[in-house]
Amino acid sequence: MLDANTVRVLYIDLGRREWRVDERPELARYLGGVGVAAKLFTEGLVPDAEASAPEQPVVLGIGPLTTVFPLATKTAAVFRSPLTGEWGESYAGMRLAMALRFAGYDAVYLTGRAQRPVYLVVDRDGVSFKDARGLWGLDCEETGRCLREWEQGRGFRSIVRIGPAGERGVAFAGVNVDTVRHFGRLGLGAVMGAKNLKAMVVHGEKSIPIPDRRAYRAVYEEIHARAVDTEVMEKYHGLGTAGNVLSLNAMGALPTRNLRENRFEGAERISGEAFAQKTLIRKLACPGCPVGCIHVGLYRRSFAEGHEYESITLAYDYELIYALGSFLGLSEPGDVYALIEAVEALGLDAISSGVVLGWATEALEKGLIHTADLGAELRFGDLDGYLAALHGLVEQPTPLYAVLARGLHRATAELGGRDFACLLGNNEMAGYHTGYAFILGQTVGARHSHLCNAGYALDQEPGLGEDPEGVVDRLIAEEEWRNVLNSLGVCLFARNIYDPPTVVRTLNALGVPAGAEDLAQLGAEIFDLKLAAKKRMGFDLSHVTVPRRYFETSTLQGTLREDVLGDLLSRYRARIAARA
Amino acid sequence: MPKVLTVKHMARCIACYSCMLACARAVYGDYSPSHSAVQIRTRGGLQSKLAADVCIGCRDAPCAAACQAGALLPRPGGGVRFVRNKCSGCGACVEACVVRAIRLDTDGRAIVCIQCGTCTRFCPHDVLVMEESAADA
Repeated sequence: MLDANTVRVLYIDLGRREWRVDERPELARYLGGVGVAAKLFTEGLVPDAEASAPEQPVVLGIGPLTTVFPLATKTAAVFRSPLTGEWGESYAGMRLAMALRFAGYDAVYLTGRAQRPVYLVVDRDGVSFKDARGLWGLDCEETGRCLREWEQGRGFRSIVRIGPAGERGVAFAGVNVDTVRHFGRLGLGAVMGAKNLKAMVVHGEKSIPIPDRRAYRAVYEEIHARAVDTEVMEKYHGLGTAGNVLSLNAMGALPTRNLRENRFEGAERISGEAFAQKTLIRKLACPGCPVGCIHVGLYRRSFAEGHEYESITLAYDYELIYALGSFLGLSEPGDVYALIEAVEALGLDAISSGVVLGWATEALEKGLIHTADLGAELRFGDLDGYLAALHGLVEQPTPLYAVLARGLHRATAELGGRDFACLLGNNEMAGYHTGYAFILGQTVGARHSHLCNAGYALDQEPGLGEDPEGVVDRLIAEEEWRNVLNSLGVCLFARNIYDPPTVVRTLNALGVPAGAEDLAQLGAEIFDLKLAAKKRMGFDLSHVTVPRRYFETSTLQGTLREDVLGDLLSRYRARIAARA
Repeated sequence: MPKVLTVKHMARCIACYSCMLACARAVYGDYSPSHSAVQIRTRGGLQSKLAADVCIGCRDAPCAAACQAGALLPRPGGGVRFVRNKCSGCGACVEACVVRAIRLDTDGRAIVCIQCGTCTRFCPHDVLVMEESAADA
């Protein structure tokens, strides 16, 4: 929607092998990204059919700022989550958003199920349906290599693909985008797999002339300067998100060994500092981002006597080090890398994978599940069992793995042990045991992500704990504003650059007439749109429960009380009820 | 002495495309990084090294010699000036370029570096810089 008056939607029906482009001018007021994707998704959602049903839509959306302003690099995906059964929303960086922009599509709407495995080639001329039987079964890396060699468009294309986890319907299978970024959370990979869609190559290098060069360049240069010349992006550019390991550990907020503990004695060894000093070899950026937050490290291991080494490079971030490190009691970067390598190749979400394995370790100790059913011994701090179990989740050699592959919400319904399952809103937790606002935020957020409303940041603000209404206010306001940023296509790491006045100036420079009030209204409207869709899918905030583990292990705010959280939840529910 | 575009620290490149976007924006008035005289490439996937295809600012530029339309004029210090409205889209410059750094855009006109240095202002790591050419050193 660089054209302020319309939204170009590419509709693809996999079952019929048909596609068309529709102009949807009435969607222009949603800007793009998650706003447009949410609206399109709710148009096609079939509430009575499960997430993997052919008729359920998957919608991708980019925003008006995509690639044309710095750090506007994200593509939003909206779908029905096979993990939670309700609202699925995920974001990926790298080249997908750019490729869609210059192929000329603001959104892609996918439905149906291909009769046989296919991959799609999307470019300015439309869609080609191609046979993917030769790719089915290949891991994410090899799939990407083949498509790089088979298809055109080097440098201006994106290769989006699933691995064996998505093919086999693991409820927390992710989607790999250009090797180092992902639609990680909530199981988009399984939805693609159910559609027999192995991959999508999007190629875009179409010319889009700039209508008002002077106005555009002035705003562009100012934002670019703030991104590179000021301290505002330093956290992401320097150590990166992995810098959180030591700070959260110091706060007593680093989930360790299935959240039995809030500090990890091995934190120094898997800290961002240690990863950087010992393994970091380069950084990469999404196109249009001068910050370059993607930290790529070298994983070198000996495979035989006599100085025989093999080496690969892998991207790391805080969430991976938490979920595949402290949460499993692993304190060697090499061990964390071994698990990152496996989740990358198999196409799994790193956070859910780690949290499922942490739960399984404790369930094994408690006798709830048995080694014979796992074919592996799971012990905190022991890599080999975890590596075998990751493959088990995908290959499902035993019935137990098939249950675990549905995620902890469904697995614990069958096996018990929900008290110590680190779930919030039925999604495996992010790595912030900071206190009430994090737990409330991930529980109530539309997609049950810490990124919905950043409760973990509120927990770190002194004094807010005594003001429950303030916590509720701030979570709602943050989620509404993030809906705006996510409709623009902006990376949330740039949220401190894109404040409301700056956003207004970027839009105006593109010829989109919007003011700060319009944006605030839009954020609230998208918030309500998601709530309504969640309700149609059966989500009811009055039925949510928070596992006991969160009240057993101390946080940054000390040990939490169930009644205090219950009070916050009922205040939040009252606020939501008042909106309706 | 006039300076020319130089690939100084290729290994520091993060593939942010800021240079390409700057060239497209400032020189060609286009949002698309494909409309840039500088092209950042991987050598085969994002796990590989990166490379920059840039104009090296030839003296007696062969692209200018090949241009019969008068669109490419030798620039003092190396490289060319580009008079876009004279470009006929014949592609002779593309053939003549010794480093294959000239392409035609979707309208069939040349995308050619004018050695303005705008791209270097947006490079976060001094991968691309303007320097006096080796020939002058």
